[in-house]
Amino acid sequence: MWEYTDKVKDHFLHPRNVGEVEGADGMGEVGSLACGDALKLTFKLDDEKRIQDIRFKTFGCGSAIASSSALTEMVKGMTLEEAEKVTNQDIADYLGGLPKEKMHCSVMGRDALEKAIAYYRGEPEKKLEGEIVCECFGVTDVEIERAVRENNLTGVEDVTGYTKAGGGCESCHEKIQEIIDKVHGKPHVAGRKPPQLTNIQKIQLIQETLEREVKPSLQKDGGDIELIDVDGNTVLVKLRGTCATCVASQVTLKHYVESKLREMVTPELVVEEVQ
Amino acid sequence: MKVIYADNNATTQVAPEVLEEMVPYFHDLYGNPSSMHSFGGQVAGELKEARERVARLIGATPEEILFTSCGTESDNTAIRAAIASHPDKKHIITTRVEHPAVKNLCEHLGGHGYRVTFLPVDRQGRLDLEHLHKALSNDTAIVTIMWANNETGVLFPVDEIAQLVRERGIVFHTDAVQAVGKIPIDVEQIPVDMLSLSGHKLHAPKGIGALYVRKGTKFSPFLIGGHQEKGRRGGTENVASIVGLGKACELALEHLEEENERVKLLRDKLENGILKRIPNAMVNGDREHRLPNTTSISFEYVEGEAILLMMNEFGICASSGSACTSGSLEPSHVLRAMGVPFTAAHGSIRFSLSIYNTEEEIDFIIEKLPSIIQRLRELSPFWGESKTAPPVCS
Repeated sequence: MWEYTDKVKDHFLHPRNVGEVEGADGMGEVGSLACGDALKLTFKLDDEKRIQDIRFKTFGCGSAIASSSALTEMVKGMTLEEAEKVTNQDIADYLGGLPKEKMHCSVMGRDALEKAIAYYRGEPEKKLEGEIVCECFGVTDVEIERAVRENNLTGVEDVTGYTKAGGGCESCHEKIQEIIDKVHGKPHVAGRKPPQLTNIQKIQLIQETLEREVKPSLQKDGGDIELIDVDGNTVLVKLRGTCATCVASQVTLKHYVESKLREMVTPELVVEEVQ
Repeated sequence: MKVIYADNNATTQVAPEVLEEMVPYFHDLYGNPSSMHSFGGQVAGELKEARERVARLIGATPEEILFTSCGTESDNTAIRAAIASHPDKKHIITTRVEHPAVKNLCEHLGGHGYRVTFLPVDRQGRLDLEHLHKALSNDTAIVTIMWANNETGVLFPVDEIAQLVRERGIVFHTDAVQAVGKIPIDVEQIPVDMLSLSGHKLHAPKGIGALYVRKGTKFSPFLIGGHQEKGRRGGTENVASIVGLGKACELALEHLEEENERVKLLRDKLENGILKRIPNAMVNGDREHRLPNTTSISFEYVEGEAILLMMNEFGICASSGSACTSGSLEPSHVLRAMGVPFTAAHGSIRFSLSIYNTEEEIDFIIEKLPSIIQRLRELSPFWGESKTAPPVCS
């Protein structure tokens, strides 16, 4: 069961401003039956160009209806310049918060309002910006980027909660993660191919890794390691100190040294001990 | 506010008689049945009786009953046992409408070296046995097909399926969690090799289940541990709950006739009453071959969670196949597999009754529901002058 606030319940059970404004100045429709939620918003302005009457019709769950109702209450009496500053987070805050999985209900409210204002101003219907990332729910990269930026989202699940993207077949999760990483300025790591190294670069990297990662931990136990040679992908080393006489040294070599080098340099490496 | 509980496929109340039999095992008789002293040992006798009662309900012998912690454990045990016993076979057959306990495990195995066939169903939720016939191969390790669907109540022809699979010498498991206690089941007549059941669906507590394993079926334990359950399931027995399950099975056998007559009449009254009073409503699934207690009804142009929340205001408890209730964004995999249109899938409600429901409760639901649907339709942009809707998300 969802944990809805009393305010969400109140707006769901007693929705304000239901219906359609006759002779509306602005009208915006978003969503569809297939998506599971849809909203039609209509408004009329008074002589001072403030929203005098605004009404909604919503198909959807409890929080979709409550978000629509809350939105109409919030923007009534506002100028369009004021109304267009209302964000989906404002709608959620007005309701005392929404479950993360239900944030897309508040996004739907804001989108409908944006559309209705554009309609009034006679702006051409915005073409779908960007490229579709989520085929199941028809969500574009531009929409995802906006949701990530405006709400400081950090995970794919959050993006699904806010935009529905990734909530169907889940095949776009990697793309969504890339967008999140891009917005937060992180380089994309997943799926990166190991760089092609020249022999010199490889040897340098092996040397560096041994010095920086491997030696310090061996030295803690009184042991040490020395790089003898690199032959293709075979790394020849000599164990020193306590390592040289330790019965577990072969385990150390394979499980620790080799896996470390494979991780940091290239997965093809094999470590062998020179007697 | 009085609770009207019509969600018995989700879980049921523990029968008062069941609870009464369980109570002593929490304080006076708390011994471990494996102990050498008679204080513990005396409990073993009670386990034996419980095993007999469970066996009797499904026509099995007590030795063929294995106690588990839940339906999911029973399903996992059965499927894992079959594939472990046939390591050379890499094919599994199931259906697209299974409970997650089977569906998600099969999908998981699909990613770990197994080929999985998910048999389709038609618009009424029925299987075409020709598909099963074609899918069976020498590589098939197990066929696992539910007896009754939890969302629609549709019954699969388990008898025919079991015969067909048996002829090929392949292991057949059925998830009968929704069927046991609601319809007569006799494994002596129907050649299933393994059958899962769950306590809390038949008025025993949550946290207890059982797996029927036909004598002679190759088996390997899922929980490896002590010698309990003859080494087939390690772990100290959940004595109180096993006793409770035994009592619940005994009661279920006694109530089987009532379930299939009085409860069925109540379900039909509810279903017909709703269809008569509410336009654009339809039943999901084959109405002929169905559990006596279940109905899944779709209300077009409204959304299921909203219906549940409004019913909740009247104390009416039910479930929905709508996306919004589960936390996922797509409606139930069962309704989608059946090809129920989106206009209806989002607005589906499942009512599932039990012997504890009364005619007054059914009348109350029939009285309240039309105005709930009407209110929500008045809010809906798709209701009214144009009842058409764009086909895809925009």
